[in-house]
Order: sequence, then C-alpha cells, then structure tokens
Amino acid sequence: MATILFYLFAGLAIGGAIGVVMSKSPIGSLLFMVTALGAMAGTFVLLEAHFLAAIQIIVYAGAIMVLFLFVIMLLNLGHDYQKDLKGGAFAVLSFGVIGGIAGLMAQQLGSTGLEDGPGGAAIDAAMAEHGAVGAIATELYTTYVVPFEITGILLLVAIVGALVLAKREV
Amino acid sequence: MEPISGIPAIVAMALKNLGIFTLVILVVAYATYAERRVSAFIQDRRGPNRVGPFGLLQPIADGIKNILKEETLPGTASRFFFILAPILVLVPSLVTFAVIPIAAPLPTRWGVVDMIIADVPIGILYVLAFSSLAVYGVVLGGWASNNKYAFLGGLRASAQMVSYEVALGLSLIAVLMLAGNVTLTEMVWQQQQLGMWFAFPLSLAFILFVISAFAETNRLPFDMPEAESELVTGYHTEYSAMKFSAFMISEFGHMVTASALMATIFLGGWDLPGTWDNAFWYNGQLISGFAENGTPIAAQPAVWKTLLTFGGFAAKTGFFLLVYIWIRWTLPRFRYDQVMALGWKVMLPTSLGYVMLVAMTILVLDELGVQYGFLFGLVLTAVSGAATLSFMFFLDRGRTIAGAGAQRTQKVEVKTTPTAVVSGRAEPAPAGD
Repeated sequence: MATILFYLFAGLAIGGAIGVVMSKSPIGSLLFMVTALGAMAGTFVLLEAHFLAAIQIIVYAGAIMVLFLFVIMLLNLGHDYQKDLKGGAFAVLSFGVIGGIAGLMAQQLGSTGLEDGPGGAAIDAAMAEHGAVGAIATELYTTYVVPFEITGILLLVAIVGALVLAKREV
Repeated sequence: MEPISGIPAIVAMALKNLGIFTLVILVVAYATYAERRVSAFIQDRRGPNRVGPFGLLQPIADGIKNILKEETLPGTASRFFFILAPILVLVPSLVTFAVIPIAAPLPTRWGVVDMIIADVPIGILYVLAFSSLAVYGVVLGGWASNNKYAFLGGLRASAQMVSYEVALGLSLIAVLMLAGNVTLTEMVWQQQQLGMWFAFPLSLAFILFVISAFAETNRLPFDMPEAESELVTGYHTEYSAMKFSAFMISEFGHMVTASALMATIFLGGWDLPGTWDNAFWYNGQLISGFAENGTPIAAQPAVWKTLLTFGGFAAKTGFFLLVYIWIRWTLPRFRYDQVMALGWKVMLPTSLGYVMLVAMTILVLDELGVQYGFLFGLVLTAVSGAATLSFMFFLDRGRTIAGAGAQRTQKVEVKTTPTAVVSGRAEPAPAGD
C-alpha cells in the first residue's frame, strides 16, 4: 500500500514539476506547482513527517502560492508573453542538464548510506512522548533555539525591508 | 477493552466514512432549508412550506432542479479552470470533517470503535491546511469566469481569507497551549480533565475564533466576495445549475465544519457535563481519568453513552449553525476597508497579545504548582474574562454598554434658530459615525 502511494505521489510531484515549466499559461503553471507541493506533502506523510506535511500545505500551498496567484491575476499578463516562450532545443537542453544533476545526486546519496543514521527509533520515541508537533517543538525550542530566533529576526528584517520599499513612493 | 483491529476495523472504517459524509451532506442540505425557514421567521414571512410537511422536502426538490437545469459555459471563460473551480471548492469543505470526533468511543463485539474517521496526529493543522486550500476554488472560479464582478469577488475572497487565517491561527495557539497537543480527540480529553469547556478559560480566543471563522466561511457580515448589491454574486456569478450548487454546498459545508470545530474546540465536542462519559486512549488503554496516585482508571464505553454524546455534539453544532444563520439575518455587511481594518488592526494585535497573556498565566500557574484541573481553569477564566471585557469595551466604543444616547455625535438636536426658520429648512442632524 505504502509503495503504491509512494509511486503515486512521486509521479504526481514529478508530473507537476514538469507541468510548471511546460504549461503555457501562468495560472496553469501555478496549479501544477500546487499539485507538486501537495504530492510532496503526501510523501512526507508516508515518511511519518506529519508536521512537515501540514506546514508544507499551510505555508507553501495555502499562503505563498495564493499570493503568487494574487499577483498573477492582478498583473493580468494577457498573451504578450507567449512569444518569449522557448521550446525545442532549449527544452531538451534544460531537461538534459537537470537530469544529469539529478543522476549525480542519486549516485552520491546511494553511496553515503543515509539509512544508517539515528532516524527511525529515536523519532518514534520522541513522537510517542510529545506527539507529532511536540517532537519537533522540543528540539526547536531547546537544542536549536538560537538559530530559530535568528531566523525569526531575519524574517522580521525582511518584512520591515519590504514595507520600506513598498511605502517609498507614497 | 481493546481497540478494534483486523477485518472488522476495515469494515468499521468504511461504515464510518460512508455514514459521517452522508450525514454531513444531509446536514448541509437541511442547513439551506433551516436558513430559509429561520430567515422567514426573522422577517415575519412563511418561508418554503409547500414541498412535503413544513416544506421538509424542499432541499431534495432544489437538488433535482439543480441537476436538471442547463449548464452554461460563458464563451470567454477558460473552460478547464471554469470546470475545475467548483471541484476545488467542494472537496476541502467536506474532507475537513474527517478529523472531528463526533461521539464517545463505541463498544462492539469486535472491539472499541473510535467515532472519528481519521485521528491524524496533526489534528487541527490538517483542518488549517485544507481550509487554506479552499481559497483556490473561489479565486479560480472568479478568474476563469472572465467577468469583472466575478474577478473582483475572487480577489476579495483571497485577500479576506488570507487575512483572517492569521487571526484564526493565532487564536488557536492559546488553545494549543492549554490543551498541550494538536489532535482534536486530545482537546476533548483535556477539556474533560479541566472540568470545564475551553470557551470559559479561553473566552477571548473563542470570540476571535468565531469572528475569524465567519470571515473564512464568507458569511455575513463578511460576505464581501459575493456582496450581492455590489458584485451581482461575486465569484459564482457565471455559474449555473449543479456547478452553482457545488459552490453553495461548499459554503454550507464550510459552515457545518466550522460549527463542528467551534463545538469541538471550545464547547467540549461530544463531552457532556459530568465525568461519566470521559474516554481517551492512553498507552493502548481506554481510560476515563486518573486516580489520586496517578493510576489510570479504565473507561466503561457503552452504546447509550455513544448515542447520548453524539446528541450533545449534534446539539452544539446545531447551535453554532443557528448562530451563523441568525447573524446573517441580523447584521448588515461590512465595507471592504472595514473588513481589512478589523482583520489586521484589531484581530491580529489582540490575538497576539492574548497569546502572550495566556502563556504568562499558564507559566505563573505552573510555577506556583497549581495542578491542571478546575482551579487552573478558574484562574484562566478570570484572566480571560478581564481580557474579553476590555476587548469588548474597546470594540464597542460605548455603543451597546452605554447606549446610543451617550454618544454626543448621535444626539439629534432640534435647532430652532432664526436662520433655520428664515431659510425654511432645518440643518440635517449630523449622522452618527
């Protein structure tokens, strides 16, 4: 069952990702992107990373992509961009390059032996004790609290910066 | 009692899926009937009363009508997205119900059955994830129609839903801090352990959640996306027959799910007063509580308990549905800028401040060594009550509490100055803001 679901989600993710670059309309690209993100979330659920799956949907599919949709609709591109779309040789070339990189990565991952890591049992124990969210929160707010806070400040700076840039004309 | 397993578990799962979703669709159908009857009652009319006794078969007649009507497809619409939008809007509104527990566990010959479709470990996050996807259908419907009213409705919907999702999530943080977990079954259990429903110790979160849920479901006074007087009917202007019906079903589906969520998170879900119905899976055991020395007490699930608690859950959900309808026919629609101002300038800071207040209260209580229980709840109730009262006082600006007569700008002064007499007309009284 899990294997069938994995191939389903993997196929959806790859198909969605190809759709993003192949689709002629920006809205179509965006929906393919949402499909790919959703399929990734499904893969995370299969890996028992429920929290990550939920955050993937809430943050990426539910918030960031909605803002993308908003911007695409407000820009209302019309059909002028279509002459800029390149096909044929460029498509083959880019797929070749991406395929090569993916192959190299797969080769590297195959030889490092990731499956020997702590993973599995330790994560199961943490989940049994704190629940799916608590297991991440405990690590995040104890071991990694400083990087977490720094990321928060970075985001705050980015928000203030965006506000300053947007307000400059007024 | 052991949890159900093996083949009976699969059968039970199939039955639960079928039963609960049929029930939701049925409640959605009769929510449309209830809305028309209650609105008729509020406006001193009769409402639909011709199809069947008291008009009870009206939703079925409407369904048949919508299936048989002609489907229209505007010539300028993007065909694929136009057809996709009603599907995208319908699914999220219904699947959310899967994580809401509807009754106490049911004992059967094969083991105990949880009355919930999927007790996923992320619970409320699942609800947030799917409710954040609901906006796609609305926005795409508006965009694909290629109609400026529909498009404006779609844009308003996305802005409003994204804005109020923030306040919704922040008001939930207070609940998560008190419950200590995100699954809805555990939230019900924690309310049973606290001895009171979260609506009391987290009263301000309750109010903020209800307001945000109204905005998320696009119901009056937040129905900006389909403001009839401005946008025809907004994002579904171009839709007809069953596709229009899909939008309506999803709106009512969102209402039912939101009502069930409010009942579960803030009114104890299927919990009824007293400790007789408490039940929770603890280390593979169904327990009803802990003894003084910390040993778990086994629960005694019974069919009558399941039925009674389901009745309680249905009553609470029905109450919130009634509130939805009641408010729709009582309050006028906000202006768009008022919706945005309320969302970002009132709801967001209030919920952020409230999260800190609750966090501090819980921390102080923990430091003082107060056990999680009734006293814990009482202190939080007092603190939250003070916060709620000040929030109401701030929002009210002296209108309901002191009455309109207390407002200087709303007093109508009859001017009998000589100039008014000479010019033949009195100055119009300044309108209240």
